[in-house]
Amino acid sequence: MNDKTNRPIYLDYSATTPIDERVVAEMIKYMGPEATFGNPASRSHSYGWTAEAATEDARQHVADLVGADPREIVFTSGATESDNLAIKGSAHFNQKRGKHIITCKTEHKAVLDSCRQLEREGYEVTYLDPEKNGLVDLEKLKAAMRDDTTLVSIMHVNNEIGVIQDIEAIGNACRERKIIFHVDAAQSAGKVPIDLANLPVDLMSFSAHKIYGPKGMGALYVQRKPRIRLEAQMHGGGHERGMRSGTLATHQIVGMGEAFRIAKQEMAMENERLINLRNQLWDGLKDMEEVYINGDFEQRVAGNLNISFNYVEGESLLMALKDLAISSGSACTSASLEPSYVLRALGRNDELAHSSIRFSMGRYTTSTDIETTIAHVRSAVEKLRDLSPLWDMFKDGIDIDSIEWAAH
Amino acid sequence: MAYGEKVLDHYENPRNVGKFDQSESNIGTGMVGAPACGDVMRLQIKVNDDGVIEDAVFKTYGCGSAIASSSLLTEWVKGKTLDEAKAIKNTELAEELALPPVKIHCSVLAEDAINAAVEDYRKKNA
Repeated sequence: MNDKTNRPIYLDYSATTPIDERVVAEMIKYMGPEATFGNPASRSHSYGWTAEAATEDARQHVADLVGADPREIVFTSGATESDNLAIKGSAHFNQKRGKHIITCKTEHKAVLDSCRQLEREGYEVTYLDPEKNGLVDLEKLKAAMRDDTTLVSIMHVNNEIGVIQDIEAIGNACRERKIIFHVDAAQSAGKVPIDLANLPVDLMSFSAHKIYGPKGMGALYVQRKPRIRLEAQMHGGGHERGMRSGTLATHQIVGMGEAFRIAKQEMAMENERLINLRNQLWDGLKDMEEVYINGDFEQRVAGNLNISFNYVEGESLLMALKDLAISSGSACTSASLEPSYVLRALGRNDELAHSSIRFSMGRYTTSTDIETTIAHVRSAVEKLRDLSPLWDMFKDGIDIDSIEWAAH
Repeated sequence: MAYGEKVLDHYENPRNVGKFDQSESNIGTGMVGAPACGDVMRLQIKVNDDGVIEDAVFKTYGCGSAIASSSLLTEWVKGKTLDEAKAIKNTELAEELALPPVKIHCSVLAEDAINAAVEDYRKKNA
């Protein structure tokens, strides 16, 4: 527990973050009858003009963080919508050129499910297997490219294991074949430097709530030179240059802008602090038996540590760690008992996939939080291993893979 | 997900955790489930000359409901004959622990475990 708030210690920043107080202060200026509440599309009075000025300021802040031109930023309701617009929008627009798309098995569901929808519409999708460290092999990606491939979609930072893909190399390979390259950057913006002015990326999805902005707010970068064209998924008043209709949510947009402005200022400092916390956590756990890091340790976003505690089932571990707000790759709640598809795609065996915990640290995590976390985790794992027949067998030197288990 | 009080109690204070020597003739061992599915239960019974279960122990790799189901089962089978133990139904365990529908399979696994343990004992002593 956090002594101050009497709530579990929050280590789930990859799921969402609280809105920074500074962001809240900006957003409130756009709510209430005395506030700047006008419709940014209203051209005939100052209510509209001031609201529009606020959204354009915010657009500039978003663009500044990622080295884009503000005219390349399309506001959406979040990274899921951005992914949908990028993938379906470009696939539909370019269908005369071809109907083949390449992505990776460890992508976010917003990407995978958009691709599944395209498959239902008659498109063909190649789902690449990542390497064991979670990274995409460039040669395998190149080998999958065909003359009718119109789009490659690869995420920048993975939400579960935090690995950072080499989007520059992937983008260059796409440019050589004149294939559009989309990157889901929901987990990387504000955490990994991004310079779209120099990166070979055509489309990039952003989320506000992953970096201390409001939920329900995101953006899609759509490159202007050369111009990338999309078929709109939301039709209406022709807002956002026709790519995304709907009245602009001024307060939300202002919140995203402020969050991105702060991120640009503080990213370097924050990353250094987060890497120290991550190292503190790993140093406190790594001498335990049978613990494994999932995903490449070096090519990894600062605040993420995904660990498998072998022979301990993830959900029971979460239950023992009720004073920590964390998430597990194991989902024993569905009939299928499927463990994390991301860990499975890395080739992790089922036990390790079922035994994984994601710790994600952020702006308000302290060294004391990590100290408490280490103590809790060590005692919970010990308790559950005392209860685990698999741990017994491991200790007796029995190879668990040699046993014929009856799957149920 | 939210857990019921009884599941939490058995999870926090599991009864009869342990291991008997599998090779002893008065011990029956049932190991069911699979690591791939995220749960493995090992239930062992110690049977006296009158065919009554005088002691039972378990170890379980799995979610809290699986741990609670097997913990409760060890309490229930003690003092029962083999036939009485085999007659315990998963629905009784599920009802006692107030398991939600997505966790019913945990109680099914516990029923499988006691059946396997009884069979193992009978095979050894046939």
